[in-house]
Amino acid sequence: MIKLVKKFMKKVFRDLFRKRKSLKLGLYGPPNGGKTTLANRICLDWLGEEMGSVSNIEHETREVQIKEKITVKKGSNELSFSLVDTPGIATRIDYEDFLKKGLKEAEAKKRAKEATKGVIDAIKWLDNMDVVIVVLDSTKDPYSQVNITIIGNLAARDIPVLIVANKTDMKKSSVKKIKSAFPQYEVIGLSAKKGTNSEEFYEALFAIAG
Amino acid sequence: MGLTLQFVPYFEIEKLSSLGRIRKLLNAVKEGNIVLLEGRLTKEEEAELIKTTMEEINSDFKGIELAVIYPESHNVDFFKKMKQQLFNAILGDRQGLTILGPASIVKEIKKDPNKIQLFTSDPKSSGRRKKKRRG
Repeated sequence: MIKLVKKFMKKVFRDLFRKRKSLKLGLYGPPNGGKTTLANRICLDWLGEEMGSVSNIEHETREVQIKEKITVKKGSNELSFSLVDTPGIATRIDYEDFLKKGLKEAEAKKRAKEATKGVIDAIKWLDNMDVVIVVLDSTKDPYSQVNITIIGNLAARDIPVLIVANKTDMKKSSVKKIKSAFPQYEVIGLSAKKGTNSEEFYEALFAIAG
Repeated sequence: MGLTLQFVPYFEIEKLSSLGRIRKLLNAVKEGNIVLLEGRLTKEEEAELIKTTMEEINSDFKGIELAVIYPESHNVDFFKKMKQQLFNAILGDRQGLTILGPASIVKEIKKDPNKIQLFTSDPKSSGRRKKKRRG
């Protein structure tokens, strides 16, 4: 009897704790997939302000950024979470690539060093996530090992995943290609920059995290 | 410039810890070799390999290119899948092939489920060479 009461109390406390704990929604993906653009879109839609800066040069986000207390509403339902924007995960970082994009040597070397640390932090943060949106550039080849490794690691940790095929406003975009590469996941095509298909995106977010 | 392909049979990494496996593969890559590993690392080991690679990037070592070819299992029936999983649990995941090389030599690895294209940097020209492998 005492054991049963103890078990019941433990469950009540655990559920209470779980309800109070803020849901962490992570944005993961390779560099320049549009994670920060999507984070900005979500923040603009529900907070009226942007979250971080975006750039055409890879590894613009080099530190994990967190925006707390975002509440998304759909009818009478609400979904509250902390949005975690992570640096793009890559297997190679060469400061000379930044030189080609017009950065000065010292700046390029600094960016490369910070980018390597950013990748390490992004991988370390995987264990803290409750739900993850994997943001892929739909104009690029989806079969890259980085994409497969990220999604495989989330599956190994039993973290629910929603794949966003971003940049559908671009001519070369192919959501179909991403869907066929990851048939076991829900894939939503959108343009975070233009805000197209937001409705379907938030619906999918509710379905996976609500 | 010649390319060195180093084949690593699964039994060479079978008894190693995760850290040991990553060290062995990364050391071979840092020596300038393109490594062909029989089988594959676990997903967690792949993430750890990327993390370790990032920790070791410097002016000489720019990182790695990595690809894994693995037989598709979506269309395999339930019993065959179970049999395979049991086989993997006993003998280790020897299926598939992992290819990794230094980023300074391997410019890009493109793959679809059954084909890999490996583009190498040519120091004498700005073009790129292509090697193909069909699975």
